[in-house]
Amino acid sequence: MEEKVKESGDWTARVNRNTLRLGYCTGAWLVTTALATFGPQFIWHDNTLLTASAIFINLAIGLATILANKHHLQSLDEMQQKIQLEAMALSLGVGFVCGLSYSLLDQSNLMAADAEISHLILLMGLTYLAGTVIGNRRYG
Amino acid sequence: MKNRLKVLRAERDWTQADLAAALEVSRQTINAIEKGKFDPSLPLAFKAARLFNMSIEDIFQDEAAA
Repeated sequence: MEEKVKESGDWTARVNRNTLRLGYCTGAWLVTTALATFGPQFIWHDNTLLTASAIFINLAIGLATILANKHHLQSLDEMQQKIQLEAMALSLGVGFVCGLSYSLLDQSNLMAADAEISHLILLMGLTYLAGTVIGNRRYG
Repeated sequence: MKNRLKVLRAERDWTQADLAAALEVSRQTINAIEKGKFDPSLPLAFKAARLFNMSIEDIFQDEAAA
């Protein structure tokens, strides 16, 4: 039993390490997104090279975040993976259906404002959050 | 699916955290399995069977077949 618990200590440490790595990557991606969004206007006054660099760095860190998320999901146990899968399915479904309706409203001029991608990302993020809370409550 | 995990664990004086550690899953997962809210995969069921030195059928019972 003690040997099994020791092995599991490794598993717990691995999950914690992957979660922490995902947190760092997400934080870095958030910072570079803000930099690429607001930098051209407020920091380097539309310097094309700096703007392109900021977008490239943002893309590179975004790809690293995707990999970190993959490793994080793979390190979770099967019930945690199921909760994440159901939350992602909900988020993807809501994002796809509502995003298309949102776009159609914009195209048909039934909506005064222009459709913004940030609204869709916000909706998907909140749906994913709600999905994980619901999943944890269901199995908790 | 019914299971005897809680009884087997209590017989050995193990906590949910102890069993979770031995099976390399979270304590919440052990809690969900014991309450019948989550059915483990075959590999996890085999792992539990190996840990308790029992067959899978001695730990997990199909309610539909009962």
